[in-house]
Amino acid sequence: MSLVNSFKESSLNYFSKVFGRGPVKPGESYGAPGIGNSTAISVVTSVTLIFLWWFVTNMGWIKPLFLPTPESVLKKFVSVWSEDFGGSTLWGHSKASLFRVFTAFFLACVTAIPVGIGMGVNRVFRGVFDPPIEFYRPIPPLGYLPLTIIWLGIEDLQKITLIYLAIFAPMALNARSGVRSVTIEQIQMAYSLGATRAQVIWHVILKGAMPEILTGMRIGIGFGWTTLVAAEMVAAEAGIGHMVLSAAEFLVTDVVIMGIFVIGGIAYMFDLLMRFIERKIVPWKGKM
Amino acid sequence: MSVLQLNKVNVIYPPPKRGGSEVHALEDINLTIEGNDFMVALGASGCGKTTLLNVMAGFIQPNSGDVLLDSRPIKGPGADRGVVFQQHALLPWLNVMDNTSFGLMLQKKKSEERKKVAAKYLGLVGLEEFLSHYPYQLSGGMRQRVGLARALTSNPAILLMDEPLGALDAITRETMQELVLDIWRQTKKMVFFITHSVDEAIFMASRLIVMSPRPGRIIHSYKLDFYQKFFETRDARSIKSLPEFIEMRQEILDIIHGDEIRIDQG
Ligand SMILES: Nc1ncnc2c1ncn2[C@@H]1O[C@H](COP(=O)(O)OP(=O)(O)OP(=O)(O)O)[C@@H](O)[C@H]1O
Ligand SMILES: [Mg+2]
Repeated sequence: MSLVNSFKESSLNYFSKVFGRGPVKPGESYGAPGIGNSTAISVVTSVTLIFLWWFVTNMGWIKPLFLPTPESVLKKFVSVWSEDFGGSTLWGHSKASLFRVFTAFFLACVTAIPVGIGMGVNRVFRGVFDPPIEFYRPIPPLGYLPLTIIWLGIEDLQKITLIYLAIFAPMALNARSGVRSVTIEQIQMAYSLGATRAQVIWHVILKGAMPEILTGMRIGIGFGWTTLVAAEMVAAEAGIGHMVLSAAEFLVTDVVIMGIFVIGGIAYMFDLLMRFIERKIVPWKGKM
Repeated sequence: MSVLQLNKVNVIYPPPKRGGSEVHALEDINLTIEGNDFMVALGASGCGKTTLLNVMAGFIQPNSGDVLLDSRPIKGPGADRGVVFQQHALLPWLNVMDNTSFGLMLQKKKSEERKKVAAKYLGLVGLEEFLSHYPYQLSGGMRQRVGLARALTSNPAILLMDEPLGALDAITRETMQELVLDIWRQTKKMVFFITHSVDEAIFMASRLIVMSPRPGRIIHSYKLDFYQKFFETRDARSIKSLPEFIEMRQEILDIIHGDEIRIDQG
């Protein structure tokens, strides 16, 4: 009896610890929605999901054709890492995809960001670039993918062009709205201290636009990756999307799932990387 | 000693949309600020105070009339006129030291000199212990003090302040009034200071102008010396409750309200 009670109590304690409103520490505000650390809860969720997956597959409730066991997916990851699958190894496919996405991303950074800033500070720039960008921006990249295939084939050049186009618009428009986030007082302040126009653009506008430029870069690399994987599933000779699609054609479900994890893992790494860069370059972001 | 002169200055804003009417924000403004005037502009909202300051700062060109600083026409903003903004306009990515020396950096001054000059003025506003703080780590009053120190670094002939204390609470505001007066006395600069607060205006001004809206005009002008009493006694509270202070406040309130009634009647 007392054992049951104490169990009840401790589990209750545990619940109130996980879900209850804890005491407010200095620097936190009482009543702010969603405040507090959620890492522990997230770990519990992940472990539960993986356990469920492991359990239902090992009990044989679902056929491996539809959902293979976690162990076999992990095994595939190790074996395909160095063995050929669909024309290349896992590392080879990943390298092909990463090369495409980074090349396009780099090209977009050196062109879209200056264009966006130019659109923000210069009437002529805005007049020239607004119509083409506004025209193609709402079109999903897969909509103009067939055209890029007709023009450029299915090799790297076509993939890079497609991703470049897909991420150019969001990156340019973010840079442009970043320029607008600079206040008129900040600009007047610089002029009243004797700044030249070039100095205002460099020391005030560009710096002030930095948080949104970086947001644009984060959106860009994420969207570029999504687009690339889809494009590789439409037509490609290598790449992580191509690997998943060829696995699906031969019903090799464990490679399909392993591929999905790799795609997700890389996307997650991009996000971590961009967050890291943001913390380094714009530590003041959102603080004023 | 510098002189800032406005002769028959008119500013007319174009109508905001087609068919609207234009706004005569300033009509035939004649004004001379010289020596070490502490000139305060007072008036109802929309009577053209900010417009007047923007003309002096060079942010807008008047439609007609001359604006002269030491007999040279003002063609645009420049480091000979320091501006303190209502919302401080600090750069969030720079710490207090770098915000303060921002103008010196633009003028390509050497690093040691920048540090020396900025530290001097930060000392003057009492922020020498906050050099490496970022703006978001400062209180509202401290931010305004950084803005003031920054405007002083380029050693301007005149300080232009647009409601610099407007966003502060009552107590901080009183402290800042005294600080601004002390800095004015120490640096011997001309000041043009905009406020909504009648008490603040009377307390701080060596010259006070009262403006009326549509068209924006100067309707009254006073020479005051309550600040002088403050420098002698350093007791702002009792100065603000002196009979002559209260009388003055009454007179100015009558002007401003009388003006409103006149407008209401068309
Ligand atoms: N950029 C502008 N374009 C058109 N009209 C303007 C512009 N700026 C100000 N005005 C008009 O000019 C008049 C004077 O404006 P101003 O900002 O100088 O007033 P103010 O005395 O500073 O008011 P407040 O005390 O509220 O700051 C107002 O009627 C305003 O509507
Ligand atoms: Mg104003």
